[in-house]
Amino acid sequence: MSVPAIESPRSNTTVTSAAPPASTERKGLSKKEIAADHPTWCPGCGDFSVLALYFKLIEKRKLWQEKITTVSGIGCSSRFPYFVQAYGAHYIHGRSLPFASGVSLSRPDLHVFVFGGDGDMFSIGGNHFNHVARKNIKLTCVVMDNWVYGLTKKQTSPTSPLGFKSKTDTWGAVDYPINPMKQAIAAGATFVARTTSTNPNHVMQMMEAAMDHDGFSFVECLSECVEFYEGAFDASNPRKGGAFNLVPSGHDVTDETAAYKLAGEPFPGYFGIFHKVNRPTKNAKEATLNASTREKFKGLKDWQILQKSFDRMK
Amino acid sequence: MSEPTPSAPQTGSSPTISTINEAVIRIAGNSQDGIQAIGGFLARLAGRSEQEVMTFMTIPSTISGGPSIFQVRIGSGEVASAGDDADVLLAFYQHSYEEHIASLKKNGIVLYDADHVEPKPEWQGEYHHIGIPISSLTIEAIGGTAKDKGKNIYSLGLLAKMFDLNVPKLEALIGERFGGKDVSVLNNALAAFHGGYSHSLGQVFATFKFAESRHKDGQQVVLNGNEALAYGILAAGVRFGAAYPITPWSDVMEILRRELPKYGGTFVQCEDEIAAISMANGAGFAGRVAVTGSSGPGVTLKMEALGWAVMAEVPLVIIDVQRGGPSTGMPTSVEQSDLNLACFGSHGDAPRVVLAPSDVEDCFYTAIEAVNIARRYNVPVFILSDQAIATRIEAFTSPDLEKVCQDISPDLSPVVDYKPYDLAAVDGIVRRVVPGTPILSGRYPVAGGLEHDELGHPTGSPKLHMQMTAKRRKKLQALALTLPTPKVYGPPEGNVLLVGWGSTRGPIQEAVDRARASGDSVSSLHLKHINPLPPGLDNIFSGFNTVRVVEMNDEGLYGYGQLAGLLRARFCDPKIRGINKTDGLTWKVKEILERAKADINAGLHKL
Repeated sequence: MSVPAIESPRSNTTVTSAAPPASTERKGLSKKEIAADHPTWCPGCGDFSVLALYFKLIEKRKLWQEKITTVSGIGCSSRFPYFVQAYGAHYIHGRSLPFASGVSLSRPDLHVFVFGGDGDMFSIGGNHFNHVARKNIKLTCVVMDNWVYGLTKKQTSPTSPLGFKSKTDTWGAVDYPINPMKQAIAAGATFVARTTSTNPNHVMQMMEAAMDHDGFSFVECLSECVEFYEGAFDASNPRKGGAFNLVPSGHDVTDETAAYKLAGEPFPGYFGIFHKVNRPTKNAKEATLNASTREKFKGLKDWQILQKSFDRMK
Repeated sequence: MSEPTPSAPQTGSSPTISTINEAVIRIAGNSQDGIQAIGGFLARLAGRSEQEVMTFMTIPSTISGGPSIFQVRIGSGEVASAGDDADVLLAFYQHSYEEHIASLKKNGIVLYDADHVEPKPEWQGEYHHIGIPISSLTIEAIGGTAKDKGKNIYSLGLLAKMFDLNVPKLEALIGERFGGKDVSVLNNALAAFHGGYSHSLGQVFATFKFAESRHKDGQQVVLNGNEALAYGILAAGVRFGAAYPITPWSDVMEILRRELPKYGGTFVQCEDEIAAISMANGAGFAGRVAVTGSSGPGVTLKMEALGWAVMAEVPLVIIDVQRGGPSTGMPTSVEQSDLNLACFGSHGDAPRVVLAPSDVEDCFYTAIEAVNIARRYNVPVFILSDQAIATRIEAFTSPDLEKVCQDISPDLSPVVDYKPYDLAAVDGIVRRVVPGTPILSGRYPVAGGLEHDELGHPTGSPKLHMQMTAKRRKKLQALALTLPTPKVYGPPEGNVLLVGWGSTRGPIQEAVDRARASGDSVSSLHLKHINPLPPGLDNIFSGFNTVRVVEMNDEGLYGYGQLAGLLRARFCDPKIRGINKTDGLTWKVKEILERAKADINAGLHKL
């Protein structure tokens, strides 16, 4: 496997960066201002941590309510937008990524965050994940992976490990699970990172790095379902006697093969940025295409451009 | 060519020149012969000569090859359909000759390629046969390496001669089509055209001349239905769309993909139909009406996401270019069998708007109307086109683009407070506030698929679900009151009322003309607004003994087609019955009249 070609990251300046410039006059939004409905998650759910860190990210990076859009599909974690006091959309199951792509591609001034679960992203929405990754659409996608369907109360998920006893596999899961990191790397994602909700500082680091990436940025965040898969991630939690291993310092994030190998390590594996390359986003490519096309119609109003088309149909 | 029938050709006599009002020319060959190109040239020429024109084509659903036809009807008066029977059949092959001779009028002219067609003696008395070795003459005209490529243009030359068509205008059209390429391509095309034009026809039969047509206001443009829809979407101000390819919808997305960058917009080819409607929903949520489209199978896949747009009250335009179904069905044939899908598809109580354009020009204006309804009522709007209207070419007066083009960019100026689902709003209609707009109260909305309160936050309240369901319905009831009552074609009272929708208006109105010409009391009514229905239909129906709904779909389990079923459910009127067919072909005028004959004859009214 060859090292992916690295193209110039911001070759096109016509696209305005989605992240708004930090304002010096205004203070970042406080938790009180950015929190909306009280989360409906079970006490002890890993998702609380991700939400709290999203608030922190918004405050620290001075993101304004009108400049972000929080998008989700269906699932426990996908209740997310309701808990955020900013523009948001709670879309249908599995389709949050194409929905968010529509927001991102039509509104370069907004920063688009997608939150979802393993069922949303890797089962019903699996194909969209591949395509948003290869198209490198500018948005940040955080998957709260709990290895189980929680909202529908304990069915096997695409990331449930072999042998996991669920209501749909009472004898233990028989289907080989998806490895989200491998999936993302293979699909051509330009930013692939892994974290766990039990390490807040690390979650924050990964979300910030993902937000700053110009392209499709994917973060898998292990997030325990205390109700239906208790203890799933204990082996990654030092407080439960597990090991939290950071990505080795010598790892080359532009080396796709090395990233793939890292992703193949047995649980608990590694945490951090596995893969990061710069490749022009679809947003930038479309903007370049538009700029060069519009050059030919400079000074014309929209109706005059359309008139030219009609003149050819006489 | 309905009026003067040319006198039987007499060998050796000088050609007669008959003045005609219209002609129906059917060109039959294989799909790679470029017969659509001849038809296209004829249609464009008619448009530039202020004539009325309508075309009809069939193409095989195979990738390459297979029989194909193109029928063009050109007239100096009004042309509402592509015509039942042809005046001239141009047949390239034996199969074209044998299969299409039946579509020729008695005493019509069959012009055949003598290199490929062996005429049948039993048909020689019924039709005027003119054999010309088109293939070999084309090679002769262009030169050695041409094979028979270019025989379509050679044939165009023959037709130009036969109908005394405007040669400079045709040369200009050929130049527009083949110019820009290798100059030898254009030269070959012109050589083929002039070869055909100068072939001596005079010895064998009459030539014709179209009567002067009445002067039309403004310049004519010549488009097919898919083009008219795509350009209508652009005129309406839509700047984002997403879709997945499927026949016969793909042309629309190809045009939008090509054209939108000129306007700073984007069209995305998606991985599937669901992604396509989802991207459109995302863009609609984020600012302005977006468009997606497909044909029946693809529209079916979009239905869950349509339900979201209804629930979240996000504007959306969905184009369904209908084809024969179910499943892959008859992908290159016409059918009007997605009406129920458009009106009722998806889950739950999900009111949406359904419009059906009735001709190519109407496709352009319907696209604008759909966008404006979507953005005013925050609702998904279907445009039900079909394969026949999508591919047929018509000439119409060029729209006043400066007037019709609109800017629908979102207004992002700050608002004090915003309740996206305000129950106190008149008729349930709320102006949308979109991301990017500061809301001074600090309360921001979430657009969601869950039943919600006025701010968009989830609720399980039985009361709110009742109120919100009613709100979503009331918007459409308010819309219905603004819709114009359609005008009856023919007298507003009488024996038989033919009701149609979508692409069938032309043949239905011609059927009315023909029936009335023979003294029968027949009128027609054409519906563009399918859901909600316009007001006043019951009054119209009450003026007739019987109402027959003419549709290209099945009569269904209980004997009524899809619109007929809807009208019966709406009006509980037993005199509403259907006239249906599922052969994948457009209505012929005589088919409609034959099927309505019993009712027409049973009528008490005579004119």
